[in-house]
Amino acid sequence: MCVAVPGKIIEINGNTAKINVMNNITEADIRLVSAKPGDYVLLHAGCVLEVMKKDAAEELIELFQELGETV
Amino acid sequence: MITLEQVIKELGSYDGRPIKIMEVCGTHTSSIFKHGIRSLISPKLELISGPGCPVCVTSALYIDKLVEYSLMEKHCVLTFADMLKVKGTTMSLTEAKAVGGKVRMLYSPLSAIKLAKEEPDTQFIIAAVGFETTTPIYALIMEEVIKSNINNIRLLTSMKTILPALTYICDNEKGIDAFLCPGHVSVITGSRIYEELVMKYQKPFVIAGFEGEHILGAVYEIVQQITEGSFHTKNLYPSVVSVEGNKKAQELVEEYFEEVDDDWREIGRIPSSGLRLREKYHSYDAGSSFAASQMDSPKGCRCRDVVLGRIHPVDCPLFHKVCTPMNAIGPCMVSTEGACGIWYKNGGKNQ
Amino acid sequence: MKINMSYGSGGALTSKLIHEVFIKYFNNPILNRMEDAAVLKVSEKIAFTTDSFVVTPMFFPGGDIGKLAVCGTVNDLTMMGAIPKYLTAGFIIEEGTELSEIEEVARSMANTAKEAGVKIVAGDTKVIEGNGGIYINTSGIGEIVKTGISVAHCRQGDVILVSGNLGEHHAAIMSKRMEIENQIVSDCAPLTGILKELMKEKVPIRFMRDITRGGLATILNEITDSSHCGVVIEEGNLPVSAEIRGFCDILGLDPLYMANEGKLLAVVPKAKAKRALAAMQRSKYGKNAVILGEITEGNSVTMNTRLGGRRKIDLLYGEGLPRIC
Repeated sequence: MCVAVPGKIIEINGNTAKINVMNNITEADIRLVSAKPGDYVLLHAGCVLEVMKKDAAEELIELFQELGETV
Repeated sequence: MITLEQVIKELGSYDGRPIKIMEVCGTHTSSIFKHGIRSLISPKLELISGPGCPVCVTSALYIDKLVEYSLMEKHCVLTFADMLKVKGTTMSLTEAKAVGGKVRMLYSPLSAIKLAKEEPDTQFIIAAVGFETTTPIYALIMEEVIKSNINNIRLLTSMKTILPALTYICDNEKGIDAFLCPGHVSVITGSRIYEELVMKYQKPFVIAGFEGEHILGAVYEIVQQITEGSFHTKNLYPSVVSVEGNKKAQELVEEYFEEVDDDWREIGRIPSSGLRLREKYHSYDAGSSFAASQMDSPKGCRCRDVVLGRIHPVDCPLFHKVCTPMNAIGPCMVSTEGACGIWYKNGGKNQ
Repeated sequence: MKINMSYGSGGALTSKLIHEVFIKYFNNPILNRMEDAAVLKVSEKIAFTTDSFVVTPMFFPGGDIGKLAVCGTVNDLTMMGAIPKYLTAGFIIEEGTELSEIEEVARSMANTAKEAGVKIVAGDTKVIEGNGGIYINTSGIGEIVKTGISVAHCRQGDVILVSGNLGEHHAAIMSKRMEIENQIVSDCAPLTGILKELMKEKVPIRFMRDITRGGLATILNEITDSSHCGVVIEEGNLPVSAEIRGFCDILGLDPLYMANEGKLLAVVPKAKAKRALAAMQRSKYGKNAVILGEITEGNSVTMNTRLGGRRKIDLLYGEGLPRIC
């Protein structure tokens, strides 16, 4: 249901932000989050859904650390 | 610490009792094919699709209403691409367009605001369809519409919530052993919504993202929980999913929309599973509460069984032989999030 | 200054348009004769093809409709093992088109034709009602220098090469439409140079095709259908830039199905694969060439994923619209 992609906020202008997704700059609405330039965010349908608490690579490393602990 | 290789090895050689995992979300269905997940895990670990295709479970009468609007003078329907080809009782929006209907595709509903301002003489009807990931976006539109005093936008809603659907499946479909929860829905709702399901039904509910590693990790976690007989909600997507979810988004949705009983195409009525504009915003509604009758499915169509996780698309007698993306019989084949369409486009007919 | 219906009347204005734009830029002795048909001499068996171009916007990062019109037909000829020699160019112009735009397109076609080594030797112009727009048809003749190239000729063990990065043309066009800013430019280019390099190395070419609408996946399925074989490719070898990946992620697109205008796929015997790769990489438009996979037994296209899984790659169904939900 949810094609969403991570990107980085470059600048904020009121209710919209310019998001950099691997050097593609697109505008998105940021009213659903409290974010600042430099934050990594999740982008869906021209809207920022959430600020990322850690980056994707870090998350994968921790995922397997956690799974290892349940063994 | 376990490695990806070990996870793949263990899942590939799993020989315990068969486990059926419902992957709820259409985007997970796609990701599973994209990463070749089924070729990596034991055939005793079965991944089956669920009702996570918002267009597939939208009533045919809703589409009829959109078609009607598109053909009205000075009206224009705004919708995501997914909705364009699904048929109502007579035609789809694409077919309506071919006979003069006004339909425009949106990438972002917020561009609807821009259009409304540019064309004040056109009544724009937004096809507000989706699950919790997309619902806040329609709430944002409402906020802007009211703030900017826009009077040529209305919503025709078919927004649904996932928890009641999961409850319905747990109550009625006994064959599902575990759930791969939708990653981006969970961003909005938080992981806490699955707690009551775990407690009541004693099954694993695991939230995962959409990379191959996430999905494999989720399957591994499910196998561990079932092997140990110890069930809980597990969040494997903590970068964006929290326990409480996105409170701002939830509050915004709460402001404009209220819970209603809703009809799911192919399934029927599920209590408290829909969202509609609140009474005080009634003037922005384009007629969303119409009596939806359970339409007879075309003969032989088994979309119902696909959406409820009873069969795989390849098990439907019409799949590929009659029902194809070019000649779709049921919504599961024509919608881009529909399981049948995804299976077909990934060479599923050869699996 | 805008074109109006008088420019299509066959009278003075038509003549003015032809002389001051098309003859001026396409300038060559055959065209300059302005006869009813071009008289040509060719020494070999010929390949002959046609294509029409209706892209909007007319001007996009990396090219324009004129450049596309020349490269499209040049590449179709090249894929058959022919060296392109002569093109025709037919223009259907909507009234309201700026004369400066037509000039820009003609200039671009002339530059591209020069690079591709072709002469535009005949043409036609029509003006129709409308709001501005140019549609171009080009037909082309090439002299066959390499025979035996066919989609039905691939054999088990043969190797599949791709001449460079995928998705650029499609992304360049869509970026403009979707208002996404990036540095992506169309890869529109003539590919005859690659054929010449492969011939220098005496590489037998089983099959060659430029990767246009429908993308790489479509061609791979055409191979399995016509050569009655299987195809296996490696996801890790797919030549896709990070920028294109990001673009695809935003819109929910898949590079396997995206259009290119300056990329080809070639199938060569295994023994010549490394040599073919080096030849491609020496060519101006083949610097990012890769070995992608091989021809196998079976009857379908499979991709080995990054994680070691297997994914079936089918034809493109539908129009590849960006999805969201």
